[in-house]
Order: sequence, then C-alpha cells, then structure tokens
Amino acid sequence: MNFHLTSFVLSVIATSTPLLLAATGELITEKSGVLNLGLEGLMLIGAIAGFAAAYHSGSALVGVLVGGAAGAALACVFAVLTLNFLSNQVATGLALAIFGTGLSALAGSSYVGIAVTPLPALDVPGLTDLPVIGPILFGQNALVYFSFLALGAVAWFLTRSRGGLIVRAVGDSHDAAHALGYSVVGIRYLATMFGGLMSGLAGAYLSLAYSPSWAENMTAGRGWIALALVVFSTWRPLWLLVGAYLFGSIMYLSFYIQGLGLAVPSQAVASLPYLATIAVLVLISRDRVRVRLNAPACLGQPFHEAG
Amino acid sequence: MQLSLEPRGRQSLLWTVVSPVLALALTVVASGVIFALLGREPGTALYTFLVAPLLSPTGLPELAVKAAPLVLIGVGLALGFRANVWNIGAEGQYVMGAICGGGLGLAFPDAPALLLFPAMIVLGAIGGASLAAIPAYLRTRFNASEILTSLMLTYVMQLLLIYLVTGPWRDPEGYGFPQTALFSEAATVPVLIEDTRVHLGVAVALAAALVAWLVLSRTVFGFAIRVLGQAPRAARFAGFSEPRLIWGTLLLSGALAGLAGLFEAAGPIGQLLPKISPGYGFTAIIVAFLGRLHPVGVVVAGLILALSYLGGEAAQIDLALPSAVTGIFQGVLLFFLLACDVLILYRLRVVRRRVEAARTL
Repeated sequence: MNFHLTSFVLSVIATSTPLLLAATGELITEKSGVLNLGLEGLMLIGAIAGFAAAYHSGSALVGVLVGGAAGAALACVFAVLTLNFLSNQVATGLALAIFGTGLSALAGSSYVGIAVTPLPALDVPGLTDLPVIGPILFGQNALVYFSFLALGAVAWFLTRSRGGLIVRAVGDSHDAAHALGYSVVGIRYLATMFGGLMSGLAGAYLSLAYSPSWAENMTAGRGWIALALVVFSTWRPLWLLVGAYLFGSIMYLSFYIQGLGLAVPSQAVASLPYLATIAVLVLISRDRVRVRLNAPACLGQPFHEAG
Repeated sequence: MQLSLEPRGRQSLLWTVVSPVLALALTVVASGVIFALLGREPGTALYTFLVAPLLSPTGLPELAVKAAPLVLIGVGLALGFRANVWNIGAEGQYVMGAICGGGLGLAFPDAPALLLFPAMIVLGAIGGASLAAIPAYLRTRFNASEILTSLMLTYVMQLLLIYLVTGPWRDPEGYGFPQTALFSEAATVPVLIEDTRVHLGVAVALAAALVAWLVLSRTVFGFAIRVLGQAPRAARFAGFSEPRLIWGTLLLSGALAGLAGLFEAAGPIGQLLPKISPGYGFTAIIVAFLGRLHPVGVVVAGLILALSYLGGEAAQIDLALPSAVTGIFQGVLLFFLLACDVLILYRLRVVRRRVEAARTL
C-alpha cells in the first residue's frame, strides 16, 4: 500500500465531512442553550431515510434532502419534549439516540445489502484533472462543499449578525432574552431543528457518499464524537473545523494502519478514534475556566416563563 | 383557549406514580399504531408482543432471566442519575465484567467450583468497577464529561471483546467461529430453579435492589446522593464531597454492570461471543427512569422492559418483524415517560386568551 498524498487528503475529507456537518448543527443548537445528546439517533435516521429515498427515487440528491428533513423532523420530537414538556435534556437526548437506533434498524431491515447510485462528485473539465489539487478542490460531492459553506455561514451568523446575537442571548440568559420580548421557545425550536437537519445530512452523507449502502448502526459512534467536537471547539466555529478534520484524520489513519497488515491487532487500531476523543475531551475540559467562559450559560436548562 | 403549564411549587407524589403508568398505556397505544403501519393487525400483534410471552410455560422464568441484568445495571444507574452522575457506558462495563470474570473461568476450567465461581464474581465486579473508574477519574480530576468518556469506552470494550474471541481466546475446537470454549461446569452460574434458566444472578439482582434501597434511605452516603441531585449548592454547604460521590456512584454502578455481564456470559450464554448483550446497558437507562430512580421501582421497570425483549423475540418468530421492534418500544416508552413527567412539577391549566386584558387598555 503506497502512501499517496491526494488519496490521503481525499479520504480524510470523506471521513471528516459527516463529523463537520453534525457538529456544525449541534453548535447552533447548543448556542441556543439546548443540549441535544441524540445526534447518533438523528444521524442514523438521516442515513436510512436518505438511503431509502435515493433508492426509490433514483436520485441521490433527493435522498440527501429527505435525509436532512428526516433529521429535522426527529429533532422536532426532541424539541416538543424538552421545550414544551420541559423534560430533562440529557435523558431525552439518550431516548432520542435509543429510539433513532431502533427505528433506523426496523426501517432499514429490508434495505441491507442493496446498492444505490452514490452522490455524484463535481467534475469540471480541465480543473478536476489538475494534478493533486484538482480532485481535492474540484472533485468533491455537493455535501462536502456544503459542509464548508454551512460552517462559514454559521460562523458569520453567530458573530456578525443580529440573529446570531439573539440566539446567543437565548443560550446565555433565557430569562433576559424573554424579558426583551424574544420567543425563547421559538428560537430554540429553530436551533434544535437546524441541528437535526445537519445531523440528518451527515447521516445521508454516510449512506449515500461515504459508503453508499445501509447497515445497522453504520454511524459507529460518529454522533457522539461530533458532540465531543463541540466541547473540543469550546463553541467556536473555526475550532470546530480544526477538530472535525483532526478527528477525520485519526479515523482515516486507523483504517489506513489496519490495511497495512502490521502485527498490531486491527481492533486496537480501530479503537484509536474513541480513545482520541477521550484524550481530547480531557485536554480541553481540564481548563475549567475556559470551558465555563465559552459554554452557553443556560446550556441544558429548561425554560419556563414563570421561572 | 390554550393549555399552559403552571408550576406546582413542589413535586406531586401522585404524578410520580401515575406518570409511568400513563406512559406505559400511551406506549402500548403507540405500539399498536406502529404495528398497524407495518401492516400487522394491531390487536394480534400487541397480544403476541406483550401477553403471549408471559403465557408460555417458560414465560415467567425467562422474564426473570432477562430482567436480572436490567435490574442489576438499572439499580446502579439510578443511584448515579440521582446524584446527576450520568454513567452512559454501562454496556462497556458489562462487557468488561464478562471479560474479567469469564477470563478467569476460561483460564482455570478445572478449579473447584467453590473457589472458582466466587472468584469469577469478584473479578467481574472489579472489572466493571475499574472501567467505570476511568470516567470517574477524568471527571473529578479533569472535569471531562462522564457521559462522553464512559460511552467512548463502550466502543473500545466492544472491540476488545471481538479481539479476544477472534484472537487469543478463540476456541481451537470451535471450527473457526468467533467464540471461546464453553465455560466448564465449575465456571457456570448455578441454576436456582430446576428445569428453568433462573440462575443465581436473578437472586443477586433482587438483593442488590434491596441493599440499594437501604443505602439510599438509611445511610449518609444515600442521603448525600439525594441532596447532591436535588440541591447541589446545599450539598456543598453541608460539606458533602462531590468527587467522592462521583467516585462512589460510578464505581458502584460499574461493579453492578460488571456483575450483570459475568452472570449473563457464564449463565444463559455459556461462553464469550462477539455479542453478549442485546443492549442491556442502554436499556437499563430506561429501566432506571421508568423505575423513578428508586431501587424497588427499578425491579418493576426491569420486568416490564424484560418483557419487551421477550416480545421482540416473539414478534420476530410469529410476526416476521425485525427484533428492532424492541428498541422502538423502549425509545417510545422513554419519550412518553419524559413527557408525562412534566406533570410532577407542573399542572396543566386551560387558559383563555388574554383578550379581556387587552380590551381594558
């Protein structure tokens, strides 16, 4: 197995994109003060809904849209429970993960082992054929470009727009935002559903581009890793990009090393991304002050008008 | 006219008990709808899923066998959840218990049972607890979320188990299947009731629930857990050490999950396989909540969710549905439970739109 720079970068982009998509969505959700732990379930639902839609419609693009919509719809269930019924966000997020895993397995049981046409990659005559940078810059599928676009838009929205200021206000002090006349519940609904949409897209990326097929539990913990990424970034968009690509690289390296046929058991290498998540979480969390300064102050707290 | 929630100002004891019952009823209705959507006759399907498994001659003993790991893990988790310590990695601790205790049984198959089996139990508990010690250390020392660290370790443990049963521990006479040799007679969990699979783990689960109840209601440690969960500031003023409680609840729940893993591997399964749990560690989270984070409630909830496993198997055989039906039933149940729980702290009020107020202005 020869080390090849272009294919290395392409593979890292492929493993990083779903992480970046899901984490970007969760960033907005958490910035509005809602902690949605159910990303794993949302991604699985997005993956199977996207796959099924692509299979029946014959269009991967339709699949991507349906996957995103399915994620948003399921996130809506989470929003109803936590925002209207004021349920514990940690417990509800876990319920979402369990439910999403079960529902995707049930819905997907008849799709195992089927192939679909994967999401097409961009092909610009001349540009895509450029050595090294051609396939990297001009040969990706729509979701890869979208992941960068979305991150840029979110970064701009949070720091440079009035809407972003309101979202942050709701996340940092829901009582003050409410007193100013903003609809705390309404804004949190939108933020939660945006998170669901992005997780759904991340799932659809897995089942339509990364490995165009459906398998039970195919996310393999990526939803949880995306959650850890948000903590890693200490809620700053640029660091989210760094984190997603760092973890994407680690994930790809673990596949790469397994392929080398070293004397190391492949399971030991396969556990690298999970151990790296723990290591990074520890490195970031140990600075309590920085975490507290950057975390949305109302993260995970239920909001009720009467207090 | 619209509905609004009005704070009660204190917990409603009535709704603490009514809420899970209502949630169960709603879940049964929702399951009927899901069965109908899947093209099965809802009445028959519900009967197959929830009633028929209990009526078969092996029904009740099997229910106890399935409930044992759920209760063991759920009791530990309930203590932790009460103190806001979120051990989500019980599944990994379960696997670790099975590996540690089971490994001993595989290494000394001919040792006397009186010596071997107690040692396996102890090692299983230590295994689970030592894995739970990692999130405890990382939370108390580095402030790292135990939710994510304990969960990540679950994936690692799963990989470790696969490595062991496909590599060094694989049964040389197992025709290349990824499995260890069967546990010897001496290394197998004793069966308590003849002609059933009801094993020692069932009794241990009940005992664990009883002890946990006593700990929670009669000891300072239990009191500290309750205070830390309900009023963290008060706990600090009272001088209860938060790190000590995090360590205590995580080690305890880890040890119980490890025990559950050992009893399952060395009992009903009889060997180590790549998959030794149908998600008991995660289902136990639902068991803990449905049981109101109370040890006695956990026993009842454990039986109910054990039924969802038996029902899932029955649905697979009799209705040709995937066993994932179990996961959906469990997820929906937790959703409804969390929604109904709002009535513990709030009461529903019908309010007319405030038109009158606007008119007087």
